[in-house]
Amino acid sequence: MLIDSGSPGAPATIGISLTINGEVRELQVAPWTTLLDLLREDLDLTGTKKGCDHGQCGACTVLVNGTRINSCLALAVMKDGAEIVTVEGLAKHAGQDGAMHPLQAAFVERDAFQCGYCTPGQLCSAAGMIAEGHATSREEIREAMSGNICRCGAYTNIVDAIEDVMHAGAAR
Amino acid sequence: MNRFDYVRPTTVEEAVKAIGSAANARFIAGGTNLVDLMKYNVERPERLVDITRLPLEGIEEHEGGLRIGALVTNSTLAYDERIQNRYPLLSSAILAGASGQLRNAATTGGNLNQRTRCYYFYDEATPCNKREPGSGCQAIGGVNRIHAIFGTSENCIATHPSDMCVALAALEAQVRVTGPGGERRIPFAEFHRLPGDTPQYDTTLKADEIVLSVDLPDEGFAGHHTYLKLRDRLSYAFALVSVAALVRLDGNTIGEARFALGGVAHKPWRNAEAEAFLTGKPATRESFEGAAEIVMREAKPQSENGFKIELARRAIIRGLTQAASGTPQSQSDKRIA
Ligand SMILES: Cc1cc2nc3c(=O)[nH]c(=O)nc-3n(C[C@H](O)[C@H](O)[C@H](O)COP(=O)(O)OP(=O)(O)OC[C@H]3O[C@@H](n4cnc5c(N)ncnc54)[C@H](O)[C@@H]3O)c2cc1C
Ligand code: SF4
Ligand code: FES
Ligand code: FES
Repeated sequence: MLIDSGSPGAPATIGISLTINGEVRELQVAPWTTLLDLLREDLDLTGTKKGCDHGQCGACTVLVNGTRINSCLALAVMKDGAEIVTVEGLAKHAGQDGAMHPLQAAFVERDAFQCGYCTPGQLCSAAGMIAEGHATSREEIREAMSGNICRCGAYTNIVDAIEDVMHAGAAR
Repeated sequence: MNRFDYVRPTTVEEAVKAIGSAANARFIAGGTNLVDLMKYNVERPERLVDITRLPLEGIEEHEGGLRIGALVTNSTLAYDERIQNRYPLLSSAILAGASGQLRNAATTGGNLNQRTRCYYFYDEATPCNKREPGSGCQAIGGVNRIHAIFGTSENCIATHPSDMCVALAALEAQVRVTGPGGERRIPFAEFHRLPGDTPQYDTTLKADEIVLSVDLPDEGFAGHHTYLKLRDRLSYAFALVSVAALVRLDGNTIGEARFALGGVAHKPWRNAEAEAFLTGKPATRESFEGAAEIVMREAKPQSENGFKIELARRAIIRGLTQAASGTPQSQSDKRIA
């Protein structure tokens, strides 16, 4: 057994190690802490948003080992050893320290938001989707991005921005 | 969420031991269903057994088919080249479900064992025989637009929400499991069950058994298949009705046809009589209508879901037509034609 938090009824916090936006963090977490709550409440990385807390909106999307997932449905303790990238680290992760990530620049250029609440999730999701490499046409992008709800309805411009970046071949 | 303790075994043996070590312990894999249910207090496990470090992540050749490890994610499976080439129905059904993010986290074993999306099941404040046996079924006579039209009982009318499982039913996969009683293989049709008097049980998997793999037979019907999913919005929504159709043709004559329906029963729904009816018939609309007729004879609507009968009838006909003509519906193609 790699880890055993103890007998039933006597749960303890568990030590885990996460690399978050390039920085190694040794953390003590209660097993019921979601990755989203760890990021927002404990680490003050509030760029990642809580929309629904149930996997239904995509606002909490982050990259875990390069793969996009909903951080609201992930228990932090289960991600022990993983590399996490949030919207705060997206540009740095793409080697763009100091500048915006190409997707961020394209979102600004294309006016791909109104209130901005869904935007961090949209950005991380788009970065993950481009890395997956399965979507090329506009229809495929729309389908692959359907896990990100935008209550303001900025969808058309979001797809425009993603297409710009995909065609420029610059995203990572 | 309730408080629980957490164990992370590295072998199947340790995992099986751990699940038996506390009443009400649960395996957790992708967590996309279990964590959600825990947030609603529908699941209150005392202990979580994190199985993500078990060696169940491979897709291997097996007895002419493929053996899919229980931890293979829905995305990995859908985009695996062997699956896309040999079992394109399975790829398509998986890609019809949930979202890119959820499929990246969701696993094969978790998808099989996901629970119903019945609103009352999710709402602690209402009676529900599945959540609390003997408390009643609020969906009967209540809000039941998404509920079953086949195989219901007076105790539960819930549906199984998976898309992947509908394809696996049509492909006649087997589920390999193990537990204190040893390893066994369950034919897919016997894995999920009807609610009957014990709607608290979704499957025939025992509480102390773990799914190891899903085994696909060699025949994948790669030339003639489709997965058609009908729902309230075009993506990121559960099926109201779906159909997984597979056809083998001799010229224009149907050598074999299989089709399973999703969103209409407590398990992927197949009808042997309707499939047998098609054998030897020409691959025409008339034949497909005849098969749909046979299936729908058994349908029993609830107060709000009568529309599913006509929807399912048309889905069967369109699904079989697409499969026979070798024109599967792409999950990015939202045109109805
Ligand atoms: C917003 C939303 C939309 C969705 N839309 C769809 C959809 O359209 N179509 C669809 O098909 N699905 C859909 N899903 C459901 C999704 O497919 C499932 O949540 C997912 O497949 C579950 O897999 P998991 O690995 O995350 O399971 P977990 O949440 O980890 O586990 C689910 C259950 O399976 C058990 N379990 C897991 N692995 C094993 C094993 N190896 N052996 C025994 N028991 C095991 C667990 O104990 C638990 O009871 C949706 C989910 C969400 C949140
Ligand atoms: S249909 Fe089944 S799951 Fe839904 S309320 Fe009735 S018993 Fe519960
Ligand atoms: S907050 Fe995670 S999907 Fe909505
Ligand atoms: S910009 Fe407001 S929700 Fe998307």
